[in-house]
Amino acid sequence: MSEKIIVIGENRDGTLRNVTFEAVAAAKKINPDAEIVGVICGAEDLANQGQELIYYGADRVITIQHDNLKTYTSEGFGQAVLAAVNEESPDGIVMGHTSIGKDLTPKLAAKLDSGLVSDAVDIENEGDQPAFVRPIYSGKAFEKKIITDGLTFVTIRPNNIPPLERDESRSGDVIAKDVDVTDIRTIIKDVIRKASEGVDLSEANVIVAGGRGVKNADGFKPLYELADVLGGAVGASRGACDAEYCDYALQIGQTGKVVTPDLYIAVGISGAIQHLAGMSNSKVIVAINKDPEANIFNIADYGIVGDLFDIIPKLIEEIKSVK
Amino acid sequence: MNIYVLLKRTFDTEEKIDVSNGRIEDESAEFIINPYDEYAVEEAINQRDAHGGEVTVVTVGDEESEKQLRTALAMGADKAVLINTEDDLEDGDQYTTAKILHAFFAEKEADLILAGNVAIDEASGQVGPRLAEALGIPFVTTITSLKIEDNTVTIEKDVEGDVEIVETSLPLLVTCQQGLNEPRYPSLPGIMKAKKKPLEELEIDDLDLEEDDVEQKTKTIDIYLPPEKEAGRVLEGDVDEQVKELVSLLKNEKKVL
Repeated sequence: MSEKIIVIGENRDGTLRNVTFEAVAAAKKINPDAEIVGVICGAEDLANQGQELIYYGADRVITIQHDNLKTYTSEGFGQAVLAAVNEESPDGIVMGHTSIGKDLTPKLAAKLDSGLVSDAVDIENEGDQPAFVRPIYSGKAFEKKIITDGLTFVTIRPNNIPPLERDESRSGDVIAKDVDVTDIRTIIKDVIRKASEGVDLSEANVIVAGGRGVKNADGFKPLYELADVLGGAVGASRGACDAEYCDYALQIGQTGKVVTPDLYIAVGISGAIQHLAGMSNSKVIVAINKDPEANIFNIADYGIVGDLFDIIPKLIEEIKSVK
Repeated sequence: MNIYVLLKRTFDTEEKIDVSNGRIEDESAEFIINPYDEYAVEEAINQRDAHGGEVTVVTVGDEESEKQLRTALAMGADKAVLINTEDDLEDGDQYTTAKILHAFFAEKEADLILAGNVAIDEASGQVGPRLAEALGIPFVTTITSLKIEDNTVTIEKDVEGDVEIVETSLPLLVTCQQGLNEPRYPSLPGIMKAKKKPLEELEIDDLDLEEDDVEQKTKTIDIYLPPEKEAGRVLEGDVDEQVKELVSLLKNEKKVL
């Protein structure tokens, strides 16, 4: 019998997140011959999302719809996903290393008495088994991990494993499964949307990050404009967060988020080792700083020495003109 | 209230990482309490001061971890427990650590367990949720506020920048996120007192565990440094020229626009 790998889907505002498609590609990397079974939970009708997951490479999708799955809770989603896992007895499980993935997968791993490799950025072959590459010490080093016993359970970092090409000629069953989701002890009373403006940091292809050099909260405005023009998200250094120019949710670094966008523009950031740990694996780094000695220039692909308040508006205009 | 903190000793964030023979060099490194665990210690102390009870910090590690446990005691924790695996286990993963902690907590009546949301070294963030699941208690990760009134617990949770207001009850495990509090520095009298506070040392057989019970499920087969990033190019000319050149490079050479 061939292997079976479950991909746990993640949706937001009615559509699947890109990282779910990346997880399908990861499952294919683990075993190109495996049957890939998507599992999607939610309170709304999930048939379209299931179909979309088929287009991106899943062979079959199980959807679980229940009123108690409207907002993610580890208990609600845990029960739903576990019901599917128990029914399918997969050889592997893959999910995105997102806020939800980080919360749900250790719980499932404990329940399944399984190992779990978190936050893989690549999957290689090591003899006849997959090896998972993951950053440690916030990207200051990498480790390669293998599974020595039981399930191949892994979460993947968004933005690192490219999804397969969407193919509308693919077909597969999308089957709704009834699961009774009960006894939830952690109730979500309210969600205060702070990040809804713009793109999520961990999935952003472009990040414009500000540091102390931005001087105050108002100084972040041009950065938001630049991010907007580029379709990216705004981040910050710890210095900027500590100085209350912006929320800690934006912090990038060893404490804070670790990001790997295609383009990282560091504005008024000196480049402390803790900050570099959070972003130095970005594909292209641009530094804008008035101090030519700033450490950030040592890891930037391109640097501009000068006043950010002079440079950013010009940069915005120039990008608009070539786009 | 019976409050516990899960604490890990980690490399100082200032440290550069050296690797030799597929292992991290740690001979000359400075070690600290994992920064996220510091939030957990601070919060535990504040909750104890508000509601009474006792704070116990627990670590799974080797005898070197005693230093970080003493620091937590100097901050204001009441007791410390070191589960020393140095002689019994060569290696382990998050499965191992969670199993050991589960055995430790099985006999305890913890009302509240706090941990960091992630350790800055291995960064798996698994141990807290794994332990809660094993103990059959609810957990909330990445919290930025914690209010306990009678048995009702109201939490603010960071979800990728959004804030969720979560209501739950004790017993409970939470993992702490930046923004929760400002960890205090140990005071001099605190440091003096810490020397006399109880620090219990256990080994896994004290928890009725054998090596096989906690055998890891995953294994690290190599560790290496990322490719050295070449120092970049600082653009020249006046601002307009630099901006033009930058955009052209990003568009045509790097193809990221």
